[in-house]
Amino acid sequence: MGIVRVISKRSFVLELSLLILILLATSPLYAPPYTVILLTSIFMYVIITVSWTMFSGPTGYISLASAAFFGVGIYTSAILGKALPLPLVICMGGLVSFCLALLVGALTLRLRGIYFVMFTFGLVELLLHFILWWEVNITGTTGRVVPTVSNTTVYYLMLIIFVILMLTAYLIRHSKYGLALQSIGQEEDAAAHTGVNVTMVKVMTFAISAFFMGAAGAIMATRWTYIDPRIAFNPLISFLPVLMAIFGGMGQLCGPIIGAAIFTYLEEFLITRFPYYYMLIFGIIMVVAILYMPDGLVGLIQKMWKRYSERKHVDT
Amino acid sequence: MILRILDVAIAGLMLGGIYALIAVGLSLQYGVARVLNIAHGEFIMLGAFISWSLYTIFGINPLVSLAICGPLVFIIGFILYRTLFTSLRNSSASPTAFEGKSLLASFGLLFIIQNVAILIWGADIKGYSYLAFPVSFGGAKFAANRLVTLGFAIIIGLVFYLFLARTRLGKAIRAAAQDPSAAGLMGVNINQVLALCFGFGALMAGLGGTLISMSYQIQPTMGLEYTVIALIVIVLGGLGSIPGSFIGGFLLGLVGSIVTYIQPGLSLVAYYVIFMLLLVAKPTGILGK
Repeated sequence: MGIVRVISKRSFVLELSLLILILLATSPLYAPPYTVILLTSIFMYVIITVSWTMFSGPTGYISLASAAFFGVGIYTSAILGKALPLPLVICMGGLVSFCLALLVGALTLRLRGIYFVMFTFGLVELLLHFILWWEVNITGTTGRVVPTVSNTTVYYLMLIIFVILMLTAYLIRHSKYGLALQSIGQEEDAAAHTGVNVTMVKVMTFAISAFFMGAAGAIMATRWTYIDPRIAFNPLISFLPVLMAIFGGMGQLCGPIIGAAIFTYLEEFLITRFPYYYMLIFGIIMVVAILYMPDGLVGLIQKMWKRYSERKHVDT
Repeated sequence: MILRILDVAIAGLMLGGIYALIAVGLSLQYGVARVLNIAHGEFIMLGAFISWSLYTIFGINPLVSLAICGPLVFIIGFILYRTLFTSLRNSSASPTAFEGKSLLASFGLLFIIQNVAILIWGADIKGYSYLAFPVSFGGAKFAANRLVTLGFAIIIGLVFYLFLARTRLGKAIRAAAQDPSAAGLMGVNINQVLALCFGFGALMAGLGGTLISMSYQIQPTMGLEYTVIALIVIVLGGLGSIPGSFIGGFLLGLVGSIVTYIQPGLSLVAYYVIFMLLLVAKPTGILGK
């Protein structure tokens, strides 16, 4: 009986996600333009948050470099945007981020986790200052103009990246790599002793997650039309995914999605009215979530659901 | 030529004094209290802004505000550890789990402190002029406030070193740094000591902030850059080594001053190159175990 329940639950999840996907794919046909723009922003944060969680969730290595990969994607798009067709630009944005992540990972991921945190924390500032210096002293420009495309195109591209990302995340989670990642998070030495090539698994997963952030950056650049280093390398892009993933819960694939969707909506809603209160509220939510919701919103709901169904059992 | 070298060297030491001070603070928080405090720079910013307010509103001499800011920021840090971080420590299964959780919590603190500061003081760049007249030093000219900054950084560093080396509480802190649970078994009130360490780390940041406000412009978002620098310094000095952080601070200050002399705007990039080279060649830093 247990098996039947598991199977039906899984097919239910599949059907539900297909339904949501169809709704999302057709939404530009009937939804107002503003909703499409809002959904694009939500996708942007969802992509960054899910790819952040793909690496940092199971391994416990906290990466604060998301903004660096995202920004590299943006800059690739700005430099190559006129020369190459858009799908190629997006792939290039992802690839450049991928390579940067390989380098960073190879440097720091063979050491203790804390070096990784420290290094990634400063990476955004480093790239920001370097590109600022480069633009002022070498090319003599500040900021670039990116060729634009229509909002609907941006939306569909984001949707495609999102679907590919979810498939990748799902496959990694349910393969031996996912197991290897989790064993690294639980006890790295033990994982190494059981034959996991620890450094390789860590670096590759980190680089794959960076690919998606770079690709998202390359797409978003076309929506922003004008970019400069301070826009492209905004440290908030590193911090927000961490907050969103913790709030949503990292145990399930849907946790980061829910967290990112809620926070992006909140951001759209609050940022024009109370810009500073809104960041303050984010900070408070973060501290409270770490203290009282170790498994995030999804974990909390699961726990409450379990308690509820247990009580129902007792009653009958 | 010699004058120029002297110029660069002394400027580097002045910068290094501040770096050393803030890095010792972070080193204490990470090395003993096991909190990699991403919000460290925010305590620097608090110190700087409190001094600014005291100077512009009440006309209080920044050197006097050292004695006001320090304890104030210390109390904030102490209370934060006793409430937030102690409960995280109690709920964490292992020291590594605590490290991760406390890092994320300090992240939340960064948002909170920074935005409270913006609400109080506004987001603009601020500054005041104090002891800004030039002093000639071996032929090279420097602003007096920077010399005072260097002097105070060295004095604070030395006093703190003596405190660690000579007092009973200092001994307890060193014991807790080596092995918190063993220190607890030997009768050290470990929660108290860790909270004190976190407070002292904040204190150093606050004092550093006051000194920074004397010679640099300040704004509520300035903390991040100083946190990055402090992180690089503590890796350079060797994670967990307090003397290492002190020496590393001066070294990095010298590097910064040399790079700024050759190519302004690239000092942070140069720090990062050093960081990368260190990770490849000697991740334990200059005084690490």
